[in-house]
Amino acid sequence: MTDASNLIQGRTGPWEIVMGLEIHAQVASKAKLFSGAAVGFGAGPNEQVSLVDAGFPGMLPTLNGHCVEQAVRTGLGLKAQINKRSQFDRKNYFYPDLPQGYQISQLYFPIVGEGEVEVEAEDGTFFTVGVERLHLEQDAGKLIHDLSPSESYVDLNRAGTALMEIVSKPHMRSPEEAVAYVKKIRTILVYLGTCDGDMEKGNLRADVNVSVCRVGGYEKFRATGDFSHLGTRCEIKNVNSFRFISQAINYEARRQIEILEDGGKIDQETRLYDPTAGETRSMRSKEEANDYRYFPDPDLLPLELEQAWIDTIRASLPELPDEKRKRLMSQYGLSQYDAVVLISEQAKADYFEEAAKGRDAKLVSNWVTNELSARLAADHLDFSQSPLPAAHVAELVALIEEGVISSRIAKEVFDHVWAGEGSPRQVVEARGLVQVNDTGAIEKAVDEIIAANPDKAAAVADKPQAIGWFVGQVMKATGGKANPASVNDILKARLGIS
Amino acid sequence: MAIDAATVRKVAHLARIKTPEDRLEPLAGELNGILAWIEQLNEVDVDGVEPMTSNVAQALRLRDDVVTDGNKVADVLGNAPQSTDGFFVVPKVVE
Amino acid sequence: MSDLTKLTLKAAVDGLKAKQFSSEEITTAFLTAIESANPTLNAFVTVTADKAMDMARVADARLAKGEGGTLEGAPLGIKDLFCTDGVQTTAGSNMLRGFVPPYESTVSANLWRDGAVMLGKLNMDEFAMGSSNETSAFGPVVNPWKSTGSNADLTPGGSSGGSAASVAADLCLAATASDTGGSIRQPAAFTGTVGIKPTYGRASRFGMVAFASSLDQAGPITRTVADAALMLKSMCSFDVKDSTSLDVPIPDWTASVGQSIKGLRIGVPKEYVVDGMPAEIQNLWDQGIAWLKDAGCEIVPISLPHTKYALPAYYIIAPAEASSNLARYDGMRFGHRAEGTTSLTDLYETSRAEGFGGEVKRRLIIGAYVLSAGFYDAYYVRALKVRRRIAEDFDKVWGQVDAILTPSTPSAAFALGDKQIDPLQMYLNDIFTVTANLAGLPGISVPAGLDSGGLPLGLQVIGKALDEATVFQVASALEGAAGFVAKPEKWW
Ligand SMILES: [Mg+2]
Ligand SMILES: [Zn+2]
Repeated sequence: MTDASNLIQGRTGPWEIVMGLEIHAQVASKAKLFSGAAVGFGAGPNEQVSLVDAGFPGMLPTLNGHCVEQAVRTGLGLKAQINKRSQFDRKNYFYPDLPQGYQISQLYFPIVGEGEVEVEAEDGTFFTVGVERLHLEQDAGKLIHDLSPSESYVDLNRAGTALMEIVSKPHMRSPEEAVAYVKKIRTILVYLGTCDGDMEKGNLRADVNVSVCRVGGYEKFRATGDFSHLGTRCEIKNVNSFRFISQAINYEARRQIEILEDGGKIDQETRLYDPTAGETRSMRSKEEANDYRYFPDPDLLPLELEQAWIDTIRASLPELPDEKRKRLMSQYGLSQYDAVVLISEQAKADYFEEAAKGRDAKLVSNWVTNELSARLAADHLDFSQSPLPAAHVAELVALIEEGVISSRIAKEVFDHVWAGEGSPRQVVEARGLVQVNDTGAIEKAVDEIIAANPDKAAAVADKPQAIGWFVGQVMKATGGKANPASVNDILKARLGIS
Repeated sequence: MAIDAATVRKVAHLARIKTPEDRLEPLAGELNGILAWIEQLNEVDVDGVEPMTSNVAQALRLRDDVVTDGNKVADVLGNAPQSTDGFFVVPKVVE
Repeated sequence: MSDLTKLTLKAAVDGLKAKQFSSEEITTAFLTAIESANPTLNAFVTVTADKAMDMARVADARLAKGEGGTLEGAPLGIKDLFCTDGVQTTAGSNMLRGFVPPYESTVSANLWRDGAVMLGKLNMDEFAMGSSNETSAFGPVVNPWKSTGSNADLTPGGSSGGSAASVAADLCLAATASDTGGSIRQPAAFTGTVGIKPTYGRASRFGMVAFASSLDQAGPITRTVADAALMLKSMCSFDVKDSTSLDVPIPDWTASVGQSIKGLRIGVPKEYVVDGMPAEIQNLWDQGIAWLKDAGCEIVPISLPHTKYALPAYYIIAPAEASSNLARYDGMRFGHRAEGTTSLTDLYETSRAEGFGGEVKRRLIIGAYVLSAGFYDAYYVRALKVRRRIAEDFDKVWGQVDAILTPSTPSAAFALGDKQIDPLQMYLNDIFTVTANLAGLPGISVPAGLDSGGLPLGLQVIGKALDEATVFQVASALEGAAGFVAKPEKWW
């Protein structure tokens, strides 16, 4: 079924967008894919370069086994087929950031085949994106254009770094879905430890294939597998933030629709998203149409994996986000929404689980996902860097559960704990924030307020919900420390409502 | 599959080899001669034959993930036609 | 001692060990010979006289202490496609004129480890593409041999023409060479020297300027089969820096030299009788068969039915790989960069047009063509399938024979300039040698006779993968039977 909210209205009627993504994820490794030079960020120009990376005559590639393992681990995390026999191919083209004149990649026999990713949409529903393949390949170097007006500078530090290219099927229908998919892939990679997911450093970036078709085209494509039901696609290269992915797709879809509605034709081409101009533009002219002349790299032999080795990797996989979500819901009775928020970061989920031991899980989840998340975000910290240990959240919730403090006081306690004044119990004691459970004191306050407001007290008989005003007054009078349950009980008794 | 001057121009560009216009026809002639001779491969029955990419009947060896190379900027740039401040220098690349 | 340059490698190594002469002496003798011969023969692109003398002195010091490796103090020539640390390495191309690698090829490093002395870098066809040495940017090497009654300069063959000529003209004891389609064996045959291409994967390709990675293999050119056995052992090694290097033990092949070949089964493939093959070649082959029979071998007629397709398959596979291997020569990080270009594309195209010679450009264009969209399956993949058929031909006969005997080349050395007009004529030089490259098998060329003009002719022995031992055994028997002692008359 075509979700109407995904449609774009053109002058001649509604259109559907269809997207497939190629995510390039830098493999977490110490050394490069085919050389012993270091992988890293921030070194001086060409310092992390071996003569293999620089493509010197007679230099030969040797394969980093850890990168292979990371690709297999990722494949398993994507519930994908692991190909026990794969092969490296050369993709030939000339560019100053490509020292060998070819990129070693895997076209014909990738290490990982088809898989599947379950993605949460913003409305809490799930959709599935098919993974076409995952292959290993080399990254290119970096061109620097702004150091000289007439020349470009080449830094090969990145050249030869291992990338996993994860190619999805064209299963995404809106910019939001595309972004949710990338987020999900990123979460899985980070859980697996196979990529740090740092988009700012370019360690995870996406090529977005966008096409538009008339309503119904996508359904026909899904039913038949026939790509002719989809429009001609354009590939937007190297988009490196969630915001830009969404903007680029919106722009590109509009651009294509305009061309089609003017009776034009879409050229299959590679485009670049320019965030400053907010538009995509063509990267290579048509006569430069690429012919990469892929062929098996004769410097390398087929890559063969043993089932036992794959099984060992499988056995070492961590609990993945989907499993964790399901377990958090069943083990802690959390809502899907809460579980989804918690698993978005492994450290957040871990933090929650540590704090939730023996406590009211829902309450812990609220504190973790609301108050603490907001504080950490404001300080640009993630949960693994939280200055507040999980034990403090647990203690805070314990104080609420024990009735020592109210939820309202808890917020104040939290502020003091965050400010470094000690554990929640220490703060409560030092600042005398203990909840008033002394019924006599509460009764006294209630009687005074009723006596001072006889008209309001009379009105409550007809409008029982007006009791809220009295509760507020009592809490105010007791400095917020009165046990709300006792206040309610006493007020009801005094005002004569049941 | 005869090659004409236009094909030679296209392929020479793919190979990034500047080829003067007056060389295109002669080159096409030479290439056609070679390719016509190569056509005899079509006589061979290759049904079900696995393409042979290597003489070495072993699997690829895997290297340990250790840093053993790099930090040799002088070597890397030592033969460069042009370099500055640790970078290779090339004509302005317009993207 | 003026005759030091005429020693075999083995005799020289023994003489050095026995302190009959020093490495300084023999090195000086070779440097003197090179100095007088090179302006005429053009075998060396670079002579490393100072380095040679330094290495000789170090070797002498070791020898004096009774130490030293299997080649201690022996002066060798190195084909100019083995990268040598701090010494210009050109691969015979203007593209790499002035290129000084900061690293050493594994093959040459192995030789230095065993004590050898480097005299210099040997001329070759550009990027090893050629069979006459005429594609070298440094001019052709001239064969020290002349045909009776003619003063025409002859080709030493190629691509290892400098290696073969320098060994034949006594400009070094032995030389490294490389063979992608016959580039060791054909020049050896043309110069009356011995040349072996070992099993693919025996010698590391690390630091060897690549032509066609799946075919390139290093080997020696020497004066005798025993020298080839001695030098090949030093050149070969398992090398983790080359993913196609074989992790197998390297036997002492010198032990195979002179061993009886009685009872060995020798295959004679009928498909190696080719159209237009001179009677002299057929006669030489028949002679070789007779020698082996006399030595007690069983001669087995065999069929290698796909032989005629080897050369056309090679002329797809090798240019395809080369078109990619040579893409790194782009004027960006090393090598020739054109002046005054107007754009990045212009810089690429002009640098490569200026840096590469005609034959290289022709092959790069063919290579790009056969890999391009629409032709990949029809040409490249088909060639790889034919390659397997050729390898299977050999697999099928190994049950019946221990080695195969063929001529090395379809003719003796020809005059420089003779075959430049038609590239196909030139390609046919490798017709008998190229199958061993496609199948990865060891092949040796042994000088076995002279043609009517007094030019050397070679016989080739092809063996099973990793069975260089039998190849050396048979080659040494041929060498003994042929009693080939002819040397070119010194005219240079
Ligand atoms: Mg892509
Ligand atoms: Zn990619």
